[in-house]
Amino acid sequence: MARKIKLFDATKCTGCRACQLACKQWNNLPAKQTENRGSYQNPEKLSPTTWALIRFDEVDSGVNGVKWLFRHEACMHCTDAACVKVCSTGALYKTEYGTVALDSGKCNGCKECVSACPFGIPQYDPSTQKVYKCDMCLSRLDNGLEPACVKACPTGALRFGDEDEIMSAARERVAELDGGGYLYGDKFVGGTGMLYILQEKPTLYSHLPTAPSVPTSVIVWKDWLKPLSLIAPGGVLAAAFLHYLIKGPKVVEESSLDKKGDA
Amino acid sequence: MRITRRSFLKVSGAAVVAAGIGVNLDPVKAHAATLKTRFAKETTTICPYCGVGCGIIVSTRNGKVVNTEGDPDHPINRGALCPKGGSLIQITRNKNRLDTPLYRAPYAKEWKPVSWDWALDKIAHNVKKSRDKSFMLKNSKGQTVNRIETIASVGSSALDNEECFIYQKFLRSLGLVYIEHQARI
Amino acid sequence: MTNHWNDLANSDCILIMGSNAASNHPISFKYVTMARERGGKLISVDPRFTQTSSKADIYAPLRSGTDIAFLGGMIKYILDHNLIHTSYVQNYTNATYLVNPAFRMPGENNGLFSGLTGNKYDKATWSFQTEADGTARKDLSMKDPNCVYQLLKKHYARYTLETVSRITGTPKDKLEEVYRTYAETGKPGKAGTIMYAMGYTQHTVGTQNIRAMSIIQLLLGNIGVAGGGVNALRGEANVQGSTDHALLFHILPGYLKMPTASQETLAAYNTAFTPTTKEPDSLNWWKNYPKYTASLLRAYYGMGCTLDEAYGYLPKIDGGVNYSWLTIFDKMYKGKIEGFFAWGQNAACSGASSNKTRNALGNLEWMVNVNLFDNETGSFWRAPGTDPSKIKTEVFLLPCASSIEKEGSITNSSRLMQWRYKAVDPPGEAKPDGEIISELYCRIRKLYEKEGGPFAEAITRLSWNYGMPDGNGCIRKLDVHRIAREINGYFLEDRTIDNVTYKKGTLVPSFALLQDDGSTSSGNWLYCNSYTEKGNMAARRNNHDRSGIGLHSDWAWSWPVNRRILYNGASVDPKTGRPWDTKRPVIVWDGSNWVGDVPDGVAPPGNGRKPFIMKPNGLASIFGPGLADGPFPEHYEPFESPLQKNIISPQMINPAIKRWDREGTGTAVDSRATADNNFPIVCTTFRLTEHWQTGLMTRWQPWLAEMQPEVFIEISPELAKIKGIQNGEMVTVKSIRGSLDAVAIVTRRFRPFSIDGKIVHEVGIPWNFGWATTKLRQYAQGDKKPDLFTTGDSANLLTPFIGDANTMIPESKAFMVNITKKGA
Repeated sequence: MARKIKLFDATKCTGCRACQLACKQWNNLPAKQTENRGSYQNPEKLSPTTWALIRFDEVDSGVNGVKWLFRHEACMHCTDAACVKVCSTGALYKTEYGTVALDSGKCNGCKECVSACPFGIPQYDPSTQKVYKCDMCLSRLDNGLEPACVKACPTGALRFGDEDEIMSAARERVAELDGGGYLYGDKFVGGTGMLYILQEKPTLYSHLPTAPSVPTSVIVWKDWLKPLSLIAPGGVLAAAFLHYLIKGPKVVEESSLDKKGDA
Repeated sequence: MRITRRSFLKVSGAAVVAAGIGVNLDPVKAHAATLKTRFAKETTTICPYCGVGCGIIVSTRNGKVVNTEGDPDHPINRGALCPKGGSLIQITRNKNRLDTPLYRAPYAKEWKPVSWDWALDKIAHNVKKSRDKSFMLKNSKGQTVNRIETIASVGSSALDNEECFIYQKFLRSLGLVYIEHQARI
Repeated sequence: MTNHWNDLANSDCILIMGSNAASNHPISFKYVTMARERGGKLISVDPRFTQTSSKADIYAPLRSGTDIAFLGGMIKYILDHNLIHTSYVQNYTNATYLVNPAFRMPGENNGLFSGLTGNKYDKATWSFQTEADGTARKDLSMKDPNCVYQLLKKHYARYTLETVSRITGTPKDKLEEVYRTYAETGKPGKAGTIMYAMGYTQHTVGTQNIRAMSIIQLLLGNIGVAGGGVNALRGEANVQGSTDHALLFHILPGYLKMPTASQETLAAYNTAFTPTTKEPDSLNWWKNYPKYTASLLRAYYGMGCTLDEAYGYLPKIDGGVNYSWLTIFDKMYKGKIEGFFAWGQNAACSGASSNKTRNALGNLEWMVNVNLFDNETGSFWRAPGTDPSKIKTEVFLLPCASSIEKEGSITNSSRLMQWRYKAVDPPGEAKPDGEIISELYCRIRKLYEKEGGPFAEAITRLSWNYGMPDGNGCIRKLDVHRIAREINGYFLEDRTIDNVTYKKGTLVPSFALLQDDGSTSSGNWLYCNSYTEKGNMAARRNNHDRSGIGLHSDWAWSWPVNRRILYNGASVDPKTGRPWDTKRPVIVWDGSNWVGDVPDGVAPPGNGRKPFIMKPNGLASIFGPGLADGPFPEHYEPFESPLQKNIISPQMINPAIKRWDREGTGTAVDSRATADNNFPIVCTTFRLTEHWQTGLMTRWQPWLAEMQPEVFIEISPELAKIKGIQNGEMVTVKSIRGSLDAVAIVTRRFRPFSIDGKIVHEVGIPWNFGWATTKLRQYAQGDKKPDLFTTGDSANLLTPFIGDANTMIPESKAFMVNITKKGA
């Protein structure tokens, strides 16, 4: 089956948050008490109960101008998925659609994926001791439906389909925007399964890495050690020990990825 | 002819198993996940919020709503929904919905649950008492007016057309002239 | 909307002004986006840079309450550069009509039109010159100095870029850019549209805001065409239907007029409201008025009484007296109202000047509130700071069914009537509103049957055949299809019309067949054709679009007679019948018939019939003498303004508004602060995507409360600096009527305005919040308590108690406040 990817076209996004809500609705994710911190953005960040989030950024432009930027933040479904590489239990896995899914039953709460992900996507919940993230609505894909967020999007800012088709549509759109759109996601981590067309340069978007990469330690882990861990009985423990030796102890906070201030 | 947009992707029968390089990059084909709407009864409705009039499909099982989602056949929203429309399930599956008539007596500090019969009889008596006391057959110029100025009503664009029609018919039969609703504010 | 949602995609230029459609009608942006993808332009004019502005090709800020100045400048630009659609203007509008030479305009009359006494205009001079045969005197060349076109030119000559910019605060280059871009649509074959909402209506000049834009649309030939029109984006799912069905004091269903005391007989009533015309080519559709009246009276009272008797049962209002929302709450505040139904409404948060509204509720003897959730109106007696032991009002809070727990139809913004089905039972003992209404009616009728009372027959003789009565004669389970059929209407006798026989008891296929002799019924003539012998038209689900321009004519049903674009007769050349836009034709003459949309009153091409058939002369009114405050829109400052004087004339505010703030007419709560240093900041209100109106339904929903948990105020960085306020801090906002605490969002999306050389700041507050779902209020045992709290109260605590001169819609979009850091 051809790989399926999602395209987020910021030039068409109005920040209505239909996607954010549709994700909660389809996945039965509960709401948590929030407060207004001087922004429309709420919840403040992704969490075990928020797998898709519209981020709001305001950027000065000219004497009297302002740009209001919206970004759909959710799992990027990387080709070279660091989370899958470090997952010692096989809870995180690549599906036949090329998306990264998560089998909660298998998650042992080791949090390796949390530190490995260059985008800060997987979210650890101490109460269940498991990690959660967007799985591109796997049950919907299996039944011939598009992800809930894509279906809900009023303007077509979110699209979903075969990689070739979406990729060429994205390139066409960027050409059409003639300097008014920036393709993001095609040049790193082997290409992301969610592609962005940004309205401004990536640096103007908060919490968006400009050059994301799979950490070297993860490459070592994945290519050399993890295959062993999955093959040999007891390998998980052994591998975890080796991983400890390579990376040292690391405490992952639930929300450790505030690299930039939010608007 | 009807166009249906319900099936977005063609479900492929057999997954192509790619020869992966590393163990963890092989795609995994688990058995197809079951949709939460499987075997649910579908009912179409129109969103109760703004004036766009988007179509929504309500999926119910055993008398409970299990999902609400944009109607892909609807020519206006074509399956999309804003966050309000997308939350429709929380209107009906909400433990905080009012579920019994409540009564607050003059000067009382709290609500008291009451029966419909009691509440509606009491309201009917109140209406009659107020109406009979102040009904105006003539205005100050002596012209026939047959109206009651001491009872007023506001509402509602949240009612269905059929309800709006019988509501104004009912109010006008009582002689109300203070009949207003959201369109005025 | 004259047009419809899908049609926005056909537009070459979309002006969104007085609306933030991206936030409040998100799905509309499906079609706005499509229009842009096809090369159409999007213009956003708003005091705030909104989610709509974020996607606009041009954003132009303006100070709240200055729309007429902005649009007046556009009218001048169009006329100065001769960008009008000449043939359209000459043939389809009253631009050619000659006006009474005694008519005077604000530029020559101290800011007033001729005829003002007190706050009322004598409109004697707002009239047209007539020929001997009674038709209007015209100048097709539009050169006569008294013709509407020349008067329009003269009136708006005062609205120079310079003057407009001084009033609105919009930079001159932005004004010109907007004018130039929008005026492009005056070319035949081009279409521009306006999307507006409460940002136009909630002003003391609200109706004239819309008039100003309508004049532009007429000058550019944009009404009746695909991608054009005048589009009010209605904010509630059935506010169109509830208006059509006349839950308003001044109308009966189908926009028939409410009878007044001087109209003692049905004949007198019909004469008063049935227009006549001498113009030869005008259809004058309202000539059918008596047919609709008779059919409505039959729907009210059936065949058991004469039409005259039925007319007699209707209450009569006093002519010239306003019984609208603000009047109700003023009377209530003064203790003149005893009983009150707040049915599916949350007046304590939605009405202007909430302190007055909330206090007014305490003067009632009894109140019935029907709602889905506990709310600030039903529970007003236990609001924070209120002592219940001092409030006498007896309150009934009745639980009703939500939209998916009952069956019936609603009518969307584009007049599209759509059927909804019941999916589940309502919770607990909650009932559909219709059943509550029916049970209440039955109980009251029984009381009057048993005990009698004044004018009891009006109640006891009402026809009410909506289901099977129970043992007590009460209809508890409503058959909504019976109501829908009654609204459509029946033949009450066998009738043969144009060689077709309609049997007694069959549904009338279209309002053209309604009769004035009592032989037909129709609860709302506009809906006649909605439920016919062919079935329930609102339930149709064929989404195929045979028009090619997105009409989707076989999906559900729209009034009138399934027409999707109103005034579509104006989309074609009057002589040839050829569509102005051949790529996007709305109707096309195929040699023997019009095909496409249901044609709007047009006769075969070249026949000369005028397309605006609801006007007696068949023409759209560029000169509109029907309004209370002038035949042309004129800029007046909002009731509360930052300015000492009106820049364009000596008249400060709309002279025709009803004042509540003066000695003898108002009360202390109706105070006004204008050009007052204590309240130097302009404030406007708005809504959020995540909450609906007062938030009554949405604040109780965890997902929505999570996304927008708290009332906030948007403040420019410049103002925040002056006031020492940081982003995210609490601010106290005060108007002369009330105060509100809100979180500061310090944002460059608000910019200080330069008004006549002076810096004027503006702030904005969403009005979706209320105390009932907050954490800090008292919750008694058994009270419903939200899973997630929201914080803050209604922005209407601040708004003024003043309404538009024509509609009395309150001025919630422009008023004066001050802000301080909370506790400072």
